[in-house]
Amino acid sequence: MPVGKTVIGRSVPRLEDSALLRGEARFLDDLRVPGVLHAAFLRSPVAHARLRSIDADTARIMPGIVAILTLEDLRPLLSADRIPLQFRNTGLGEDITPFVLASDELLFVGETIAIIVAESRAEAEDAIDAMDIEFEELAPVADVRDGLVDTAPRACTERANVYRDFELAYGDTEAAVARAACTFSLSIKQHRGAAHPMEGRGILAVPDTLRDHLQVWSSTQLSHEARFFLSRMLGLEESQIDVAVPEVGGGFGAKYLVYPEEIAVAAAALHLKRPVKWVEDRREHFLSAIQERDQYWTVDVAADADGRLQAIRGDMVHDAGAYIPQGINLAYNAATALPGPYVLPAYRLAVTVGATNKVPTIPVRGAGYPEGTFVMERALDGIADRLGLERAEVRRRNLIPGDRMPYATPMSSRSGAAIVYDSGDFPAMFAQALDAIDYAGFETRRAAAAAEGRHLGIGVGCGIKGTGRGPYESATVRIGRSGQINVFTGAMPMGQGVKTALAQICAEQLGVDATNVRVVCGDTTTIPLGLGGFASRQTVVAGSSVLRAAEDVRDQILMAAASLLEAEPTQLDLREGMVGLPGTNRRVSLRDVAEAAAGSPGYALPTGVKPGLEASVNFMPDGLTYGMGAHAVELEVDPDTGLVTLLRYVVVNDCGRAINPKLVIGQLHGGVVHAIGNALFEFMGYDAQAQPTTTTFAEYLLPTAPGIPSIDVRIAEYPTASNPLGVKGVGEAGCLPVAAAIMSAVEHAVGLRPATLCSVPLAPPDLIHAMGQARGA
Amino acid sequence: MTDTPEIQHDVTVTVNGRPYTAACVARTSLADFLRHELHLTGTHLGCEHGVCGACTVLVDDQAVRGCLMLAVQANGAEVRTIEGLAAEDGRLSALQRAFSDHHAVQCGFCTPGILMTLVEVLRDTPDIDERGIREALSGNLCRCTGYQNIVDAALAAANAIR
Repeated sequence: MPVGKTVIGRSVPRLEDSALLRGEARFLDDLRVPGVLHAAFLRSPVAHARLRSIDADTARIMPGIVAILTLEDLRPLLSADRIPLQFRNTGLGEDITPFVLASDELLFVGETIAIIVAESRAEAEDAIDAMDIEFEELAPVADVRDGLVDTAPRACTERANVYRDFELAYGDTEAAVARAACTFSLSIKQHRGAAHPMEGRGILAVPDTLRDHLQVWSSTQLSHEARFFLSRMLGLEESQIDVAVPEVGGGFGAKYLVYPEEIAVAAAALHLKRPVKWVEDRREHFLSAIQERDQYWTVDVAADADGRLQAIRGDMVHDAGAYIPQGINLAYNAATALPGPYVLPAYRLAVTVGATNKVPTIPVRGAGYPEGTFVMERALDGIADRLGLERAEVRRRNLIPGDRMPYATPMSSRSGAAIVYDSGDFPAMFAQALDAIDYAGFETRRAAAAAEGRHLGIGVGCGIKGTGRGPYESATVRIGRSGQINVFTGAMPMGQGVKTALAQICAEQLGVDATNVRVVCGDTTTIPLGLGGFASRQTVVAGSSVLRAAEDVRDQILMAAASLLEAEPTQLDLREGMVGLPGTNRRVSLRDVAEAAAGSPGYALPTGVKPGLEASVNFMPDGLTYGMGAHAVELEVDPDTGLVTLLRYVVVNDCGRAINPKLVIGQLHGGVVHAIGNALFEFMGYDAQAQPTTTTFAEYLLPTAPGIPSIDVRIAEYPTASNPLGVKGVGEAGCLPVAAAIMSAVEHAVGLRPATLCSVPLAPPDLIHAMGQARGA
Repeated sequence: MTDTPEIQHDVTVTVNGRPYTAACVARTSLADFLRHELHLTGTHLGCEHGVCGACTVLVDDQAVRGCLMLAVQANGAEVRTIEGLAAEDGRLSALQRAFSDHHAVQCGFCTPGILMTLVEVLRDTPDIDERGIREALSGNLCRCTGYQNIVDAALAAANAIR
């Protein structure tokens, strides 16, 4: 082995930390550009209306105002009024995507109507207050279910309230239900709120009239896609636009989309021939950044007398909001996630993707998987209740046995590839989670607490997340003549430590430390292709690209060094930036090798050396790789107030192979706590007129440190054969069974029947209400 | 509504030991003043309504929300921000080191406010325990870390400082 360095698998310090801890990292709003103008948006104050006129006469002459632009003003710069659908989808109409600026019908509170460009943000916002719009209010659809009845108003007058319906089915559900020993129904409401990265969205567009070029900086999860859609909307060649990404202060799905604001800001910058910046404030995030929000499930569950699942059938209504910017992937994921890590012989779900006059929904961290998981876990608790079985035992009887791996489900993912769980021993991981929380000892703890008048409960749940979505991710590994090792990729960090993980993968191949590798992410000037940060994919897909590219560059180094040292490549040792022939004093530095490989004008390259030390790989995974997670939670409930206090939380999650265990654990912490928010705190409220009622963090509650227990993460490593690193993604995995496990534990604590609590989030008054209903029943 | 420009006020502050004077309009928040007038962009704004705590800085040794205090109110004050935490020679403080060692930073956007909150907390209650740290961080939102590693880092820093 010519390379001797173990970097993968170690919790090396993050490369990102130093600048972040010193306050030197640059986020979007930290970028300084001379002469920059600031944008704000006039947004719809109502959920549904016909826009009659916009009066900006007073506003235009206010101090600092440079331009106030409506769709009509921007049209000469735009190839279309609407942004195209951003994922390839079939069966969707053309009239469903958002407008850059609304000009006729207003479809949700917060929809962009005009862009105001001023010398300062404050002056731009002052002008909004001075603008007058005339509109005729139309009846809104505030609840997606209400929009499905015949007499309902249309959320958009030009189209029906169903964007699309589809059915997912395998097995003979009807026969299975008919012969099952145990059948029951569940009616489930799930609300997943919004993404709320601590940094909102933002864009800075800097036109270069000398080069006829637009440089865009965006706080985004998808720089290459942003370049494509900007170029398409602005009628420019892709080469006339570059998108670069500064530090991104979290994404969680909200930034995996090209938004109207981004197109409008870029168009305004081109129109004014000046740099324009827009930084989303929190109120705007509440009003106009994508949410995940509501799904309503009604399912029949069928099991045999031993509690083994026979079938689940039913329907689900998904609130897609006022537009479909991306597709129906969120609803599709939720539907296909229901079976999870369990054997489900027959399944049929009719899905209706409906319109409301609310913000569009696309995936937030978890991307529909938590919803499907919640339904399955509630179903298993329902079986335990109906058959008088212990809840963990019902899971054990239904988990896919370890010897059935790889396990092909009869379903396919949206790429068309079969959903095949590739590796893992689910019952073993579940047992590990029970051990870690001392499930067996719970009754003793419960009795001790009861003696003090305290009510403890325990809950468990499992989920499995498809990770590493393709079709590819890009990476170039290049060693310049300085000897610096560079990685360029379309992958997009937003807090996960992607740069560190990719540096580790590259470093191990090149015999250096991660700190010797410089990683540049999501800058379209450095790499032509990329898909960015979504679907727990970056270590899997970009990591594999970096691995393959670094292996190639390693071989180039050894070949070139062999020529310089007059040795065979296999004899050489590559470490700490030097290539040497062991047992001799013959050695060259990476810089020498890079210099030789760069060539000299007119002179021949050394024999066997090709120009440059560089390799580019777009690794293409065959399908998703699936990581299972087993969760257990212990909590206390105050039955008088409904207050739920989480005491301990255990997660066992399969990451295939941990590139950096510390980062894996950090991702799981974050995912669990995001979903604790979904279970107990986060609720995006709208009134009957679809007017948002929770537009501050005082009204919309994120999890805070006092409400979060210690989280015990156990990493399981069942490597996958589907990528050369053997890794599985963990960015979203922590979210999956959290809400279900918590509801189960709450029921357990207060003596509610399992599967009673079927609506999340559960606020204290909701629990008090449920307990009252149970007493009355 | 007026068409006359707003009156500019000179604000003089000492930030991380260095004196600054800059002009701003009266409605400029301290956080915006630090970021846009003094170009100290280490302090971040996450909500601008006083809940998320990302903009927390020390004003005359007390933690305040930089988004809820006006710059003109800070005239004459000593301000400390994240940029002033490391030593002159660049060495990270014990708290900053603990954050790196314990992977208490993910996206890092909330980090400035959390560090400044903890500077005050560890100064005032050096023997704080885990529950105390969690309560002390109740005014700081973090969406990435789930708080666990932040709490661990704060406890480690408390130990190191003691």
